[in-house]
Formats: sequence, structure tokens, C-alpha cells
Amino acid sequence: MTSSRPSARVLFTLAWRNLWRNHRRTLIMLVAIIIGVWAMILFSSLMSGMVDEMVRGGLRTLPGEVQIHHPDYRDDPSVANSIDAPSGKLLDQLNSPPVTGWTSRVKVPAMISSERDSRGVELLGVDPAGEISLGFDPADIVEGRFLTGPDDKGLVIGRKLAERLETQLGKRVVIMSQDPDNNVADRGIRIVGIYKARLQATEELSVYAGRETLQAMLSIGSQVSEVAITGNDFREVANWWPLIEQAAGPSLETLPWMTLDGYLQSMMEMQTSFNIIIMVVIFLALSFGLVNTLVMAVFERVREIGLMMALGMRPEWIMYQVLLESIILLSLGLVLGNLLAVATILPLEDGIDISAVADGLEMAGMGSILYPSLQVSDMVMSTAVVLLLGLLASLLPAWRASRYNPIQALART
Amino acid sequence: MTAIRCSNLNKTFAQGDQVIRGLDDVSIDIEEGSFVCLSGPSGSGKTTLLNAMGGLDNPDSGEIQVGDKRVDLLSKSDLADMRLHSIGFVFQAYNLIPVLTARENIEFVMQIQGVPAAKRREKAMAMLEEVGLAEHEDRLPAQLSGGQQQRVAVARAIVSDPTLVLADEPTANLDSTSATQLIELFVALNRERAITFVIATHDARVMAYCPRLIRMEDGKIISDELQSGTPGELRSEHG
Repeated sequence: MTSSRPSARVLFTLAWRNLWRNHRRTLIMLVAIIIGVWAMILFSSLMSGMVDEMVRGGLRTLPGEVQIHHPDYRDDPSVANSIDAPSGKLLDQLNSPPVTGWTSRVKVPAMISSERDSRGVELLGVDPAGEISLGFDPADIVEGRFLTGPDDKGLVIGRKLAERLETQLGKRVVIMSQDPDNNVADRGIRIVGIYKARLQATEELSVYAGRETLQAMLSIGSQVSEVAITGNDFREVANWWPLIEQAAGPSLETLPWMTLDGYLQSMMEMQTSFNIIIMVVIFLALSFGLVNTLVMAVFERVREIGLMMALGMRPEWIMYQVLLESIILLSLGLVLGNLLAVATILPLEDGIDISAVADGLEMAGMGSILYPSLQVSDMVMSTAVVLLLGLLASLLPAWRASRYNPIQALART
Repeated sequence: MTAIRCSNLNKTFAQGDQVIRGLDDVSIDIEEGSFVCLSGPSGSGKTTLLNAMGGLDNPDSGEIQVGDKRVDLLSKSDLADMRLHSIGFVFQAYNLIPVLTARENIEFVMQIQGVPAAKRREKAMAMLEEVGLAEHEDRLPAQLSGGQQQRVAVARAIVSDPTLVLADEPTANLDSTSATQLIELFVALNRERAITFVIATHDARVMAYCPRLIRMEDGKIISDELQSGTPGELRSEHG
């Protein structure tokens, strides 16, 4: 006598046909799983879209996914903590994939004064082409023009700042900061453009001037405050920022956005946690139906299980067979649920207008359009949650089926 | 050679406050290739004895040997393996797996045994031919008559060449013609393949075909006799 193992085919055939013995019950459960999976992925994609918007908004403000600074710059963002413009090995790395764009800029605190008011601002000396490669959209210029080059002598301010200063396009304002010797450096500059931003705070705070214009005003030669770098996807930055760090060398501080802005990072982590919690909650509701379906399916064929045991089917194979029924049902639900999610979420990726509630969300860094983001990782996570918890929920009915005494099972009426 | 040896088997069941003796010091030897009927009224212990022989139920005490194996000492998994490889079962009703066709039901045991698909199919078809149901291979049990279902069950019981077939009231739900066809199939298989048959029955039509008839009552063997005569003569003897 040898110990035998049933072919997977017979277990699959039995599991598949048993599932469809009660079409209605199986279909109801299948629809519940499909809707559950769809809801999990839809919710995750909305959350991802929301958080992506916050992160992208944050990265536009930072801006850049990776930044290089003088080691003391983050504590004291003055011109004294400037760095040399990229060259040599670092320049080669910045011009190679996966970097898709980079720019160097002067960034100092400054005072801007119109003839009516004065405000503290963040003065950015930029190369406009580099800023555009990092995400500045020239279409955001609502009046006038953006800077034409690093030597542009004009100034671009935000719409809200123009309101606060009670100034307008073409007017001259005075900007004032400090040079490395702590002397006042100031200059009267004409406003050549007014931009809009998603956040009013950005419109009030960021003021753009030509990088070379600012370097001359501050007497810092070709030095810059920071180098900002971007890649294809902010989620992938962990894979490549160490290359930049290595090329920049230890005398400079190279940091990814997750470190530069802990709030954005915690938003990402919170989103992942929320997604898992919501998925588990949705599945817990589903699992009652699943367990009920399997318990009923097992209960209805106790005699059949007894017969199979009497014919020589080992208890563990009975258990595998019930688990296989659960796996087939869950897999069908997962495939169809994922397809439904893809079919319904992809068309929404152009954006959902949430302007009715956008004012409240602006504080969190969101705009008035929500872009659902269908992430493969969310689909994988929902699949893993459904399969893992589904199998756990199926263990009890499967185990009970395997514990039947064949004689008692055969005697069941 | 002895196919089955039972020594001093005892089995009790609790029924409410009462203790029922299913088997009361039962000892019996059954030779290989024999055709034996266990008869007696309901509750006499014949099904309990049959189940104990097949390793479906454990006695409270006593020894059971099937071939060279001590059935009462085997684990659940080893018992399952023994049933799979050495014993064919035919039950009174609900004998077939409802979601499998006649051929698939016959193939089922071989699938568990891991027999290759081509050989499985060939043997299953040969068995269907032997029990006269070749043209019904693709029918589900619900599409077969009771007698046809029992014949499929017999085909499944013997397809993997067991040394022993245990049948529990196999004709209980059959009409006279189907019952006679079934028992004649048993007899033919016993003669042609030398398979040992032990049949628990209180059907006189079946008892008439049994060369050895063991009668039970209240869990005890009250007679164990060899019969001679034609089935017709024996049938009138058994009423």
C-alpha cells in the first residue's frame, strides 16, 4: 500500500462544480467580492490621488524631488551658506538618467516693497528653463510673461502678493536682502509677470527673479543656494537619490523630498495605513458572507464528504478541496473586481471636480480637481488582503469538513 | 488464506441514557475469495461489523485483521490509504458524487490513487462496459436510475482491483429486477476475479445467492452457516 496524492485536476473539478451547485448563492457571494475588491481599489486610488496631489503640490513648493545644499543652509538659509554651481562628476550625474530635470537657484529671504505696502518673501533667483523642467507651468502666468533667462532683469510675483502690495504688472517694486557681508543689498525691479498657484500661500511667498540678476545683487558670483533635481516619479526617488548624494560628495547635504518635508512623507505613510485599514474593514464585512457560503456548502454535502472519506480521501484532502473552492471564488472575484476597478477608475484619472469642497482642502495642499491614481501596488495589496484573509476565514469550514466521521457523515439525512 | 479476521469485537453506543451494544464479543474469519452475507434485523450489528472491517469505525475492543494489516491499530490517514487501495465500498444510497458523471465517478478513486489519465479512462470505460452502462458514461447520477447508480458504484468499487468489497444493503432501494441484476453482477465478479464480498443485508433475494450466511442479532453472531442449493431454492427457504 502506498500513500497517494489526488491529482490537482480532480480537486479542482470537484471544487469548481460544487461551487456552481447553488448558482444563486455563489453568484451573490461573487458579486459581493467583486464590489468589495472594486471598493477597496477605488478608495485606494482616491486616497492615492489625494495624497499624490498633496505631494506634488508640496514638491512644486519645495521644489524638486532631491535638493543639494550647504550643510548649514537648512538651519540658516542666508547667502552665507551658498554653494558652488554644479560641475564635474555632479554635473555629469545631473545630466544622466534617471534625472529628468534639474536647476540651480538662489533662494534667500527678502523684503519686497511697493509704494503702498511691504511684505517678507522668499526671493528665488532662477533659470526659467530649469524651473519649467521642474514643474513650473508657464500657463500659470496670468498677466505679463515669465522670465526669459537667468539674466532677465524683471520680477515675477504671485497674484495674491500683487493684491497685498496693491501693485500691478509694469510697476516697479524694491527688493531688499543681505549680501554675505551682512550689508543690505537692494534693487528696484519692474514686475514683468504675475502668476497663479494652487495655494494662496505660494502666491504670497514666492517671488521669481533671474538667477544672474540676483547673484549680481547679492555679490555672490556664480554661487547658488540650492540645486533642485527631479525624476520621472516621486515614488521612485529612493532608488536614485543616493547616486546624486555620492556624486555631490560629503561636503554637501543631499536630501530627498521625504526628508526635506516630513509632513509629505507622513502623509504617504498615513495613506498606506488607511488603505490597509479600509481594505481589512471591507473584507471583514465580506468574510461573514464568505464563511456563511462555505459553511452552507459544506453542510449541504456532509454525506458526500463522508462518502469521499469512505472511498479513501484523506481528511487533509477534504480540507484542501474546501479551501480550493474558496480560492476559486476569491480569485474570480479578484479578477473581475480588478477589471471593474480599472474600467471605472481609468476614465476618472482625468480628474474629478471637487471645487465645492476645495477651499477646505487647500490647507492640506490639494487643488480643486481630484485625480484618482490607480496604483499597481494598491491592486496587489487588495489582492493580498482578500486572498490572505479569505483563506483564513475559510479555514474553519474547511477544517470542520475534514473532521467529519465518515460513518456519521454518511448517516446524516 | 484469511481475508478478514475479527477477534472479540465489542462496540457500544450511547442512545440517550441507554447503552446499546453494537457488537458483543464478535469473532469471525472470512476466507479470501469468499462470498459472505451478514444478515439480521435493523440494529443487529451487521452494518457496525461491516464498518469496523472497512476501517470506517473503531471497535471499543478486539482485533480486526484485513489481509496482513491490523485495522484497529491504523491511523486515520493509513485507514484512508487502506480503503483507497484494498477495499471497495458499495453503500445503500447516496453512493455517487453528484457533480461527477458516471465515468468520472469511476475514475475518482483512480484519480486519488494517482493513476495516469489515459489508463484511468481506459479502465473506467472497461468497467462501464462490464456493468452494462457504457452508453451512460457522461450522465450525472441524477440522470441515472437507482439500479444504474448502484452498478456505477460497483464499477467504482472494483475498478482499482481491491481484494475485498464491502456492501451495505446494496439492494435496499432497488426494484426486484435491478436487485437481481446487481447481485448477479456481484456473484460474477466474485467468481471471475476472486474478490472477497461481504454484504450486509436483510434482503432475502441477496441471501439466496450467498454460500455463507452469518446471522446477527443484538450485536452477536447467532448463526454462521454454509448454504447449498440454487438461488431459487434458497430464496424460498429465506422467505
